[in-house]
Amino acid sequence: MNGVHDMGGMDGFGKVEPEPNEPMFHTEWEGRVLAMVRAMGAAGAFNIDASRFYREALPPDVYLASSYYKKWLLGLEDLLIDRGYIAAADIAAGHATEPAKPLKRGKFTLGDVERIMVRGKFGRPAPAPAKFKPGDRVRARNIHPRTHTRLPRYARGHVGVVERDHGCQVFPDSAATGASENPQWLYTVVFDGTELWGPDADPTTKISIDAFEPYLEAA
Amino acid sequence: MSDHDHHHDHDHSDLSETELRVRALETILAEKGYVEPAALDAIIQAYETKIGPHNGAQVVAKAWSDPAFKRALLDDATKAVSTLGHVSRVGDHLVAVENTPQRHNMVVCTLCSCYPWEMLGLPPIWYKAAPYRSRAVKDPRGVLADFGVSLPKEIEIRVWDSTAETRFLVLPMRPAGTAGWSEQQLADLVTRDSMIGTGFPKTPGAPS
Repeated sequence: MNGVHDMGGMDGFGKVEPEPNEPMFHTEWEGRVLAMVRAMGAAGAFNIDASRFYREALPPDVYLASSYYKKWLLGLEDLLIDRGYIAAADIAAGHATEPAKPLKRGKFTLGDVERIMVRGKFGRPAPAPAKFKPGDRVRARNIHPRTHTRLPRYARGHVGVVERDHGCQVFPDSAATGASENPQWLYTVVFDGTELWGPDADPTTKISIDAFEPYLEAA
Repeated sequence: MSDHDHHHDHDHSDLSETELRVRALETILAEKGYVEPAALDAIIQAYETKIGPHNGAQVVAKAWSDPAFKRALLDDATKAVSTLGHVSRVGDHLVAVENTPQRHNMVVCTLCSCYPWEMLGLPPIWYKAAPYRSRAVKDPRGVLADFGVSLPKEIEIRVWDSTAETRFLVLPMRPAGTAGWSEQQLADLVTRDSMIGTGFPKTPGAPS
């Protein structure tokens, strides 16, 4: 979706301001939100792509005005309601008022913590041979999916070169909606700064994205 | 989405409202039998104690000290890191990218906050915020200037936008004046920002 989360190349957000000695969490609730998202995901309520999609789908003014973990909280509530794990009435009451819905992998318990500290595996067997190889010139397609996609707007329509092949991986555009993993080949595609940002751009910069095969066409 | 969420998050009243909302959600999840509250405590504790830039720093120091490891790291970082017993287990699709006198690498996630957690810990706020995400791909030299970093004009800057589940770790250049240093001494020079590409390792002998 063409949301405000797709920020690459936007102007007006000001300087980057590193915070000296930044704590891991600024308030206690931030850690609780992170933990709930990880636990409910691991229990099978949703995958990482769906959780990203729900944060992106927050209204643009809310997205921009909310802190990082506030976005996580709002996205988590919406996602759990839409998938039927909690009800709006539960939230309004502040406790469970509706019956639970069984989780795919059951209750998240202490014994599950260690396994979620290692990232999941996203590589999958290839359903078809790769269409591109390192060195190929490709154009990022001019597509505007209404749902989740990992093709940033700034790359669309532009020509780059395939630099690396990462094998076949879960396709976020499909996985985010709960449809299927629909594995696709994934490539690092590198663009000249001037190709993306025009002749006035710094000629010494190159920018790469990791692009799934359906995002690309031969150029 | 309800309308009363629009206050800025640093506002005190909003903080307490958010806190109440988080507690309510946790109560609901526990009452429905979805999560064990102690497991949430354990997740937070694991993030606070097990991951962090010290993991990445050990990998970088090893690469500076051992040419065979460096080659293996650049070839397949997941595989290479998994051979180091003292570094936490690492997931698939880790890619190490090497800074050279000709090229400086910098990592961003313009779409959200993708970051090599196992190597660097949770990302700092600036990495997740709009100024960095918007400008890193269009004006990387300007972003580096915000960090007080300036590179010669002829150096290529390569920005890696983490748009998939691939995770990037910058391998900075080994500082001069460190011949004969142990891996642990070298690891102490490796900063988090030098592994994101928004900074350099510390200089030997300089105050940290």
